[in-house]
Amino acid sequence: MEQFPALIRSKDKMPVRYLVVDDSIFARKNLTRMIETFGGQVAGEAGDGCTAITEYDRTQPDIVLMDITMPQMEGIEAAERIVRQHPDARIVMVSSVGYQENIVAALQKGARHFVQKPVKPEVLYEVVKYVLGDDAVTLATAAAGAGEATQ
Amino acid sequence: MKMDLIQPFINAADAVLAETLRCSTRIGDISMDEDAYRRKGMAALINVQGDIEGRVIFDIESPTAARVASALAGQEVPESDEMVKETVCELANLVIGNAITSLNDQGFRFKIMPPEVHSAEEGLKGSEDTEALVLYFETPAGNVYMNIAMRYNRRRRTERQMAPA
Repeated sequence: MEQFPALIRSKDKMPVRYLVVDDSIFARKNLTRMIETFGGQVAGEAGDGCTAITEYDRTQPDIVLMDITMPQMEGIEAAERIVRQHPDARIVMVSSVGYQENIVAALQKGARHFVQKPVKPEVLYEVVKYVLGDDAVTLATAAAGAGEATQ
Repeated sequence: MKMDLIQPFINAADAVLAETLRCSTRIGDISMDEDAYRRKGMAALINVQGDIEGRVIFDIESPTAARVASALAGQEVPESDEMVKETVCELANLVIGNAITSLNDQGFRFKIMPPEVHSAEEGLKGSEDTEALVLYFETPAGNVYMNIAMRYNRRRRTERQMAPA
């Protein structure tokens, strides 16, 4: 799998921490492999919306990758509940069901972006970078910044 | 069964298999089947409810499923491994999700259920309204079978059309 310029947190230069939510173990493993190529760290995993909420509280991740169709509680409802408790939560919906109404519903409930499955790593990387904004930089940028500061 | 209901599933399967396996695929035989479904290997069943109702069975022979799972996992996965089942379910999810997206953009409203592993030797039988379309895709890893039984839910469509805007 292609390696991407490592994304790290601006505040402490540590790897970006992800919460991966998907009822498919296969999908979670696939996303985890992508996260590793982004230089990130999986802070927690969940297989349904209810667990996602408790895992969010426990791990306080920088970003959440959330499936929509899941047992017990679907991703859009879980996203809404997390954002209600944590208004700054950054949630990216990752689903194969990418029709307009679904995307609009997710964004209205507080999700920041939507990525359609099958996930292309280069698309997810750009979305993560966009959603994290100034809170994440590439390792190379951080190193260049540190170099300038030293001079 | 209308082909305009089926075509999005064929297109989605073709695109998803090509994308995930990073190879070209070829559609093998297509036929209509009213007999009970007999699975070939590891099968995932997804039910659809709403303006269109029915089910799709996504079926992969076990050695092929293991090869696909290994290719996607980047490491050898034995046929008995849970990951093989997971791979088939997720591929089914991807295909059906993409097809649903296309049908939804055409104005159909419905919901898909999470995939369930289909282990019975004989599956759901088609009916006059829901005869199944059976087809397979040839991939370098082996054949991938789909069995699609869909019908319009006329009552739901009529209710929606009659509802005041």
